[in-house]
Amino acid sequence: MGPPALIAPPSPGHATGSMSTGTRELVDGATAIVRGALDAGCDFFAGYPITPASQILMAMMRELPARGGVAVQGEDEIASIGMCIGAAMTGARAMTATSGPGISLYSEHLGLAVMGEVPLVVVDVQRLGPATGGATTAAQGDVQFVRWGTSGGYPVVVLAPASIGDCYHLTRRAFELAERFRTPVFLLTDKELNLTVASVEVPFAGVLPPMPDVPPRLETTGAPYRYEPAEAVPPLRAYGGDRTVRFTGSSHDEQAFITKDPAAVGALNRHLIEKIDAHSAAIEIVEHHADPKAEVLVVAFGITAGAALDAADAARRDGTPVSVFLPKTLWPIPERALARALEGIRRVVVAELNDGQYRREIDRRAGPAKVIGVNRIDGELITPAQILEALR
Amino acid sequence: MTGVTITPLASFRNERPYPFCPGCGHGSILDALDRALVSRNADPARVVVVSDIGCSGLSDQYFATSAFHGLHGRSITYATGIKLARPDLDVVVIMGDGGTGIGGAHLLSAARRNIGITVLVFNNLNFGMTGGQHSTTTPPGAVTATTPGGNLERPLDIVATVGVNGAQFAWRGTSFDADLPDRIAEAMGSGGFALLDIWELCTAYYVRANAFSRRAIDATIAELGFETGLLYHRDYPEYAAAAHSRPAPQPAVAEPIVPEFATALDRRLGIVAAGAAGGRVRSAARLVAHAAMLGGLWVAQRDDYPITVKTGHSLSMLAVGPDPIRYAAIPIPDVVVVAAPEGLAKARPLLAAMDAGGLVVTTPDLTPQTAAQVVVVDPGEAGVRIPKADLALALLTVAVARTGVVPAEALRRAAGAGDPRFAAKTIETIDAALSLAG
Repeated sequence: MGPPALIAPPSPGHATGSMSTGTRELVDGATAIVRGALDAGCDFFAGYPITPASQILMAMMRELPARGGVAVQGEDEIASIGMCIGAAMTGARAMTATSGPGISLYSEHLGLAVMGEVPLVVVDVQRLGPATGGATTAAQGDVQFVRWGTSGGYPVVVLAPASIGDCYHLTRRAFELAERFRTPVFLLTDKELNLTVASVEVPFAGVLPPMPDVPPRLETTGAPYRYEPAEAVPPLRAYGGDRTVRFTGSSHDEQAFITKDPAAVGALNRHLIEKIDAHSAAIEIVEHHADPKAEVLVVAFGITAGAALDAADAARRDGTPVSVFLPKTLWPIPERALARALEGIRRVVVAELNDGQYRREIDRRAGPAKVIGVNRIDGELITPAQILEALR
Repeated sequence: MTGVTITPLASFRNERPYPFCPGCGHGSILDALDRALVSRNADPARVVVVSDIGCSGLSDQYFATSAFHGLHGRSITYATGIKLARPDLDVVVIMGDGGTGIGGAHLLSAARRNIGITVLVFNNLNFGMTGGQHSTTTPPGAVTATTPGGNLERPLDIVATVGVNGAQFAWRGTSFDADLPDRIAEAMGSGGFALLDIWELCTAYYVRANAFSRRAIDATIAELGFETGLLYHRDYPEYAAAAHSRPAPQPAVAEPIVPEFATALDRRLGIVAAGAAGGRVRSAARLVAHAAMLGGLWVAQRDDYPITVKTGHSLSMLAVGPDPIRYAAIPIPDVVVVAAPEGLAKARPLLAAMDAGGLVVTTPDLTPQTAAQVVVVDPGEAGVRIPKADLALALLTVAVARTGVVPAEALRRAAGAGDPRFAAKTIETIDAALSLAG
């Protein structure tokens, strides 16, 4: 296996200052997500209005028809993701977008997409919870929710963009991963990243190496499900070809007939776990700003990453070497890159807009290093100053 | 006609025997579906049988067509997605009275949309698979596992519900009707949303608990005042076909901004525009952001306003600087313009946090409490009238001029790139404000 994928730091303009000659645009994260989806070949979208995710729904309603795709506003969130699952089984590249309260309603269909091995991109534009919470208030409280959002507790893939450029590139990668592993893939963003307009370089800055060993997306023969070897994922058999295809959300054999045979059921469920776990190296995307002299590591993701980078710069100016680790793949945990980032580190600061949901994962892997959190759950963003204080 | 002879499939059933209880109506309905598919000479790979949950949810396994077995009450949502993505496929939904109840919102919406799917409701008046509990179609007084003293609820009239809400084809009958295969075939050929409410016997539970029978089905339908037969048959546009054939809206066009001006700004500035809803605060900030980009600067703009957008405050927070803005919030602003009392109230904590190095631009009627330098601009002193809706832009223009964020020409250029209906007026406001900037 090769090294973990890296997204380059935001842009060359960062180093060259005010008169970069690159072309720029004033866009928000929602626009970047929509462009990423369209460039990934998304041709089906269904969603239900919810702040702060509606911008994606509205843009897809406008953009998809001209490209021969279909966008529809469902009667509720359950219907929206259900339509996406049905469309995906015809071979459509499907996406839906919502916020935390919508993920609550998506839950049963996330389980169906896991069980039926449906490629599907789900955007969660996080807002402050629980319940209605703060519709226009930033939060990162769905980190564990999206990972464990289905009964049974089976793995999914979760990507977290840390910039508008990331919103574009990670949306494209979300489609690739969904197809490669026939699984729901979350794009976990938030109100601030989705709605803040900012100058960005176009084409969107950032580099993501291509996925290795990508098999054909679709196939027309063979069993719709295959469990041996457990980590292998066959291409999707879509409806509407020359042969019939079966799909079921019940425990099933490789022909999608319901079964209670322990050998078949065990093979199915082991496959659902292994097809993600065994490929975590191909899924992991991180941005690691390593300082070989650093004994302090800042870990942040999503909207908090920018404050972490600003804080680290300020610390360096003060003479404190700091490394910064920005996981773009939150789940599965980027174990290899994280282990490398933790080498020689004595103190880890995990900054997130929740009460420490990802910190618990870092803590379990940090060995003797001391892990502390910088957290806010008041709807305000974590400031660089708060992180800087924790670094000292 | 060509000379090619097509041999129709004799059956769309596979070799598996049905798993249903003796006397259960499910097998009769599935046989009728089989005969309907034969009569339509369907291609099994172009038929998707979408099943729900309950005993009827097992049905797809006995057909040699494509199949989708999903979650309780949601079968219509998958069927809609399949039909929208592939309008050429025949999509048949098999659901019980249980799925009809829990998926009621989907039933209504599918009828309203007139999505071209055919729904067979296996209506045996109770939940068979989970032990004979009452459903939304259980008749009043009926005894079930959860209505031991008799059902207190009125039953859902499924046909009338979808009928008055736009279904193309809605029929009621029983699993004993000899014409059921023909009615299913007609429904599939209707070209729109079609539903058959098919009453039948659950011999395991409902028949035993209520001494129910084939004859009692007819009597119950009559007692409830429900009718049988084809009760709704209209011709509305089908949704999937319409979604694919209507004229597409114009996609958004990217608007790249190429730097044209040099600026001297060597540090990040946090600029806040505070006004009232309708005061075009956000568009004013957006214009300044555009101008800053013309000056080669990086920007990020966050807006804050009540969810009821036409009332209360409107705040735009604009970070501008020579480097990309990675952290967009502005805990302590460098510049605040206050254009209305609503904005002043909202910006009060920000104004209080500023020190003497900060700049506040406002109008004579407002009195911001701040340690920052306050510049009062009287729009009445401008040579031309500045409309109230352009006040935020005028104050921002003064702030930009005094801080030298970007040249005035960049503001004019940004205004000129905006909506052509307003560009000239906007440039006039900018020029008027520049005359006030001192």
